[in-house]
Amino acid sequence: MNVFALLTIALPAIGSAATFAGGRDRRHAQFWSVAPTAAALFTSLVVLAEHGTDGASVAATSLTPAGSYTLWLGTRVTGLSAQVGILVTVVALCVQVYSLTYMKHDRRYPTYAALVSLFTAAMLLVVFSDDLIVLLVGWEVMGACSYFLIGHYWERRDARYAAIKAFLVTKTGDVPFLIGIGVLGVQAKTFRIDGVLDYVASGQLRYAPLIATLLLCGVVGKSAQFPLHSWLPDAMAGPTPISALIHAATMVAAGMYLVALLYPVFTAAPGVLILMAVIAAITMVGSALAAFAQTDVKRVLAYSTVSQLAYMLGGLAVGGRSAAVLHLLSHGAFKALLFLGAGVVIHRVGSNEMSAMGGLRYRLPITFWTMTVALASLVGVPLFSGWFSKEAILGAAWNASGEFAAPGRIVAVFGMVTIALTAGYATRLWLKMFFGPFPEASPEDSRVEAPSTELVPLIMLAVPAAVFGFVALGQGFFGSWIGGDFGEAISSTVSADLRPEGLTSLIGFVLAALSAAVVWDRWRRDPQADPAVMLGPLRNAALEGFYVDDVIDLVIVQPARAFARVIAFLDTEVIDAYVRGAGVSVRGLGGLLRRVQTGNIQLYLTALFSGVIVIAIVFAGQVR
Amino acid sequence: MHAVYPLLLGALLFAIGLYGVLARRNAITILMAIELLLNAVTVNLIAFGSLIRDQYNVGQVFTLFVITIAAAETGLGLAIVLMIYRQRGTASVDEQRALAEPLRGPADDAGGASAELAEAGSAANGAGAVR
Repeated sequence: MNVFALLTIALPAIGSAATFAGGRDRRHAQFWSVAPTAAALFTSLVVLAEHGTDGASVAATSLTPAGSYTLWLGTRVTGLSAQVGILVTVVALCVQVYSLTYMKHDRRYPTYAALVSLFTAAMLLVVFSDDLIVLLVGWEVMGACSYFLIGHYWERRDARYAAIKAFLVTKTGDVPFLIGIGVLGVQAKTFRIDGVLDYVASGQLRYAPLIATLLLCGVVGKSAQFPLHSWLPDAMAGPTPISALIHAATMVAAGMYLVALLYPVFTAAPGVLILMAVIAAITMVGSALAAFAQTDVKRVLAYSTVSQLAYMLGGLAVGGRSAAVLHLLSHGAFKALLFLGAGVVIHRVGSNEMSAMGGLRYRLPITFWTMTVALASLVGVPLFSGWFSKEAILGAAWNASGEFAAPGRIVAVFGMVTIALTAGYATRLWLKMFFGPFPEASPEDSRVEAPSTELVPLIMLAVPAAVFGFVALGQGFFGSWIGGDFGEAISSTVSADLRPEGLTSLIGFVLAALSAAVVWDRWRRDPQADPAVMLGPLRNAALEGFYVDDVIDLVIVQPARAFARVIAFLDTEVIDAYVRGAGVSVRGLGGLLRRVQTGNIQLYLTALFSGVIVIAIVFAGQVR
Repeated sequence: MHAVYPLLLGALLFAIGLYGVLARRNAITILMAIELLLNAVTVNLIAFGSLIRDQYNVGQVFTLFVITIAAAETGLGLAIVLMIYRQRGTASVDEQRALAEPLRGPADDAGGASAELAEAGSAANGAGAVR
């Protein structure tokens, strides 16, 4: 089975290399982007089928061991990694197929497809890696691919800035993350995940709060949580399939995957759990409000992604590891579907703005129905997969006890608020896109359904978005598969109950229904108006993302730039002064010597002769 | 014969030759003064050769050698002087200053360029605002 895991990593990597090697040959790129990804999906299914409910299965080798720490190259398959691996390959395949036509008119399609394959390989490396250092390599390659793909339309200024911003902001988190991994590995005397988890389980881990906080920084950066979240909405400057794959379903979820992977490290630090809960609470409510105010469809979905990732972080903060992973998987399916559907709509309408849409229900029926499924899953309409996973998190928060009690209360309260807000913005999105009058409708309108290569991925993703949640119904089935609440190490003893909790489900459903009804009522009275006006004075702030960018600009960017100016001044005016002074003084001395070079040969000879006399006198003095 | 006479003669010849080389302007005169310098040396060579009773007569051998070289040197020098006179219409040494260093060299112009570079660098620091 580890061979198949290795194949799952290698296939997209080979596909990426082959796509790069093919140059501008479009058909070559199409084949080599789709076929290896499909094969990787197959092998990842084999991995899951073979793995069953065992603990971790490790196969690793080290090349030329030297020094105190050895790097282990290999795969570690657990129920968690097998399932996340399937999520990655499914979404990657959908995106590659979707891009066949979506990116048809793009000159740089081969580069794009190769980078998507490379990203897929890097994400699978993170998922299946046996060694934290190798995991970090995959983690950073993902970041680099994200940078290149956000900047795919680099002719546009906003895409360039968004790419740089995404890179810098995630790096801000990655530096503490690297230090955290270092502290962890040095204590455990190994960077292998099994070794680290065993060490943590033995209770010898020191500085657990510090390590957990450092790791959390990387998670907050990668998964776009407050205060490092603002890169994700801007990252929507990239192509829509990239938003679906990287900035909704997989890369941003990698942070949550990492917390689930090293979960014992975090549970060893109760204070960090509260910090996680606070970050999750701020992020989920704030970004849900921001999503309500956005007018750009993709930015709505981006803020929604941030909000849902905060849900997962909240689930992890209250001990609901299985619940959070369940939400990660279901969110990956429905959010990728939402982005791909939004891409179809954007291409047909020719605008990202919601005001340019409306009445698309009959013109794009398949897109309408699949996106309706996804939105229902996002809102948490009962029996859709999002409902199961969200209720599992809320149930875990509600029932949290012991060290999870304090974060549990925070997450439960803010989770309820977020349910209401989520229902509101999802309803607004649904109504503004698919219902109401058609803005500037013309009889010979070209807004017809998308080609089948774009519709098949939508349908493929609609199935898990609708029914995946039923895995939560089996008694401990899903939880035991991914290794219980506390990681693979003690998987046989703990298994989480993910079935929806009666009380929280009821409250959540009532809140969601009320909120959706209020938005619907507001829209029904005036279909032209934006239901976002209900936010009142908050609307502008929410539209601007609560001015977080301005605060960061004021607190970090401006001081950094001022500091840079000081450094530049010191460099150009102080250090360079010595350098320039050396040049000027040499030239001055040269000017003096130049006066001696008159060209009169008799002067030279006189000087020569006097020199000989001086030497002779000195020499004679020494001889005596 | 006492050694002081030939050595004094050599010193006298050398002094006259040195004066001629350093002070006279006519190139031909300078060439002649160079001959005097060389002859002063040969006088010394012969004087010291007999003074130390050198059985191989190296001093005399070198004297012959110097005379040969001096003849060749004078021929070459006269040719050069002739060429200079034909080209420039004068053989006066103090007018031959083509190899003098100009007081303002070409390197002085480079001063402005480095200042421009520094200015461009500080301008680049200010640009590229990150959103």
